[in-house]
Amino acid sequence: MADLFENYRLGPGWDEMFATAGMPRETYESLHATLQPLSSADLGVRADVLARAFLDQGITFALKGIERPFPLDIVPRIIAAAEWSVVETGVAQRIRALEAFLSDVYGAGEVLAAGVVPRSVVVTSAHFHREAAGIVPHNGVRVHVAGVDLVRDEAGVFRVLEDNVRVPSGVSYVIENRRAMSHVLPEVFASTRIRPVESYPSQLLGALRAAAPAGAGDEPTVVVLTPGVHNSAYFEHALLAREMGVELVEGRDLICAGNQVAMRTTAGEQRVDVIYRRIDDEFLDPVQFRTDSILGVAGLLNAARAGQVTIANAVGNGVADDKLLYTYVPDLIRFYLGEDPVLPNVETYRLADPDVLAHVLDRLDTLVLKPVDGSGGAGIVIGSQATDAELAEVRARLSRDPRGWIAQREVKLSMVPTLIGNRLRPRHVDLRPFAVNDGTRISVLPGGLTRVALPEGALVVNSSQGGGSKDTWVLAAPLGPAEPAPEPRPAAPHASPAPRPDPGPGATSSQQQQQQQQGGASC
Amino acid sequence: MLSRIAESLYWIGRYVERAEDTARILDVHLHQMLADPWVAEDAACRSLLSVMGAPTSDDMPLSAGRVVTLLGLDSGNPSSVIGALAAARENARGARETVSSEMWECLNATWLGLPDARARVEQQGVHAFFGWVRERCAVLAGLADATMSRDEGWLFLVLGRSVERVDMSARLLSTHARAGGSIPSWLTLLRSCGAWETFLRTYRGSLDDRHAAEFLLLDRLFPRSVFAALSTAESCLAELAPGPGRAGVATDAQRIVGRSRTNLEFRGADELLDDLAGVLAGLERTCSQVNDAVSRRYFRATSAVMWVSEAVA
Repeated sequence: MADLFENYRLGPGWDEMFATAGMPRETYESLHATLQPLSSADLGVRADVLARAFLDQGITFALKGIERPFPLDIVPRIIAAAEWSVVETGVAQRIRALEAFLSDVYGAGEVLAAGVVPRSVVVTSAHFHREAAGIVPHNGVRVHVAGVDLVRDEAGVFRVLEDNVRVPSGVSYVIENRRAMSHVLPEVFASTRIRPVESYPSQLLGALRAAAPAGAGDEPTVVVLTPGVHNSAYFEHALLAREMGVELVEGRDLICAGNQVAMRTTAGEQRVDVIYRRIDDEFLDPVQFRTDSILGVAGLLNAARAGQVTIANAVGNGVADDKLLYTYVPDLIRFYLGEDPVLPNVETYRLADPDVLAHVLDRLDTLVLKPVDGSGGAGIVIGSQATDAELAEVRARLSRDPRGWIAQREVKLSMVPTLIGNRLRPRHVDLRPFAVNDGTRISVLPGGLTRVALPEGALVVNSSQGGGSKDTWVLAAPLGPAEPAPEPRPAAPHASPAPRPDPGPGATSSQQQQQQQQGGASC
Repeated sequence: MLSRIAESLYWIGRYVERAEDTARILDVHLHQMLADPWVAEDAACRSLLSVMGAPTSDDMPLSAGRVVTLLGLDSGNPSSVIGALAAARENARGARETVSSEMWECLNATWLGLPDARARVEQQGVHAFFGWVRERCAVLAGLADATMSRDEGWLFLVLGRSVERVDMSARLLSTHARAGGSIPSWLTLLRSCGAWETFLRTYRGSLDDRHAAEFLLLDRLFPRSVFAALSTAESCLAELAPGPGRAGVATDAQRIVGRSRTNLEFRGADELLDDLAGVLAGLERTCSQVNDAVSRRYFRATSAVMWVSEAVA
């Protein structure tokens, strides 16, 4: 029998399954024991079932207008309870700091006065919108949903690669991956205690309702605003709307008059209180931003300013996930919270300083160069994998626009076994946990999206760059003495077995015999 | 319910019914062409195409294969079987949060099966392909029945289905009116509606024009008859409309459908049959009028608004 792990070599990064060749770490023991006896054909069949189910359900992302299934690898990624609690605390801490920062830069500006962040960094950010000044959210929340991209470095330490506090996407795959995996690998689920992820939509709805403007009453109307079916994340917009039980609207379904936003329904216009928008700031309101936008709603921003509608996430959040500002986040955490950062950044160079720039230009081939406002892995240059021509081009662009770029140490991302062909091979992964802020607490969804770079040695995991995903399992903590196991509910005392379902009027066996004899006699 | 979503559901109903009925009509007529040695293929094809509203060009002779391509497999035409199924799926895609997951999965899986349709026609013949289409449509109808709440969304879906059914049945009957009405052709029509056995049981085998026309046009109990479909559409519209006032009905669509229904109900079968072509043309007009009235009333302009920056004086 062919061994799935045949010729599995440990890669350059931290291998999440194996400490040394052939010896699985404790968290992965049960998964390894399940996979080990499977032949590659068995696993291949299940992987096909998985792919087919995704295709039929239309779990896709659109790349340049063409719908493609989002490849889900059959081997899950596992995170132990203790490791997760570090991630959870660290992510929540970061969001608290970024919330404080946003409310500060669109308000008093203390952080600028104190010199923690240079004013020039904020005002030169492409996503710093003066239009957002003076829009004060009702419950103080601007980052209703955040996705923080983490990687594990060579020593297995989680580090933050970037923050996403505008419209982070990918949570639908977390939910669907889990559903699909429990169908194709039920035996592993039985032997492992995995924390569920399906409560995310209700958490999100709770946070959105909590953010409703004061006049909205007890039952605020929440909608999800999507650019439309041709958007790459349309599947996710539809899933969230469906699972929250709210309307999925397009810009043309909304009208704004007298600072009130309403949607056009078959029963006339109906007031909208909270808009979970999945449209970029620039397209949101043609009055304030791009006048040629046909995705947005004219007047939306003034309605928000008048406190008649809540836009989630808030407009102008992009200044907090600018990649240059990212380098200041540890300082922000100390400044606003008086705490030390739980999750370290990746070592990053700010290129505004001419000495640093010169230092970086000398060693481009060992660094990763990123445009500060890019997303989806676009424009990233990995020095060690780039050609001389690419390096020369990026050198010119860096010298021309040092504010537009950052340089980072090339982290060898951690690796997880991945089904490639009919064998398991180590591939690089990252992790995007999702956090929801309802104004009283920040809850981090136990799991998150693990993206995997499928080509050998590749470090860019974005789906738009040919990445796949893995189901991410956060193990439940062993119950401490303070937290007793829930008592199994005793069966009802006098439960008698239910009666059998009523039988139909079948013919008796003697009738059947007689009928058969009648037929048999004639031929 | 959002107007845009209501419109999508209405059109899912129409397109799925169109795919099914077109498949039924093509299946039986093509079979008839093969089975009848005296039929003139070119003329029969031309008549079928013109009844289905497809443009015909005069310069080249038409064959059964060409008809299958035009009315069955033309993916660019939303009135062909494949085009209608693709259009239904596209509408469902824009209403993903309202359409139940099972209905969506059914439409999506059907759509994913369409690229194989041509191969299926070549390997297994058109009959297998049309059978597959009927089956997929039946699965969808069953899932809709089992999973949708009987709310506005359901009403729009059924309304769309009923309007399309009236339209398609009228077209189907027109094929007979044009062919000159011989007895085998009634048999064809009844078969293509799946009405053959029911008809036989109802009239005990007395197959004549009057009975067949009566059955397809006026039967109260057979769900694919024109009268039954009109009545269903009427009751959907009545539920959608605001409560009736003291006089008449509230909406234009109700008026149009109601007039058309009473026109069938309160005229004798003989009278209708004498003027069959006129009655059928009237039914087709009714369908497009209802469509307009429903769009005006419920799907008010939800097209994108363009803003012009320099318009402020």
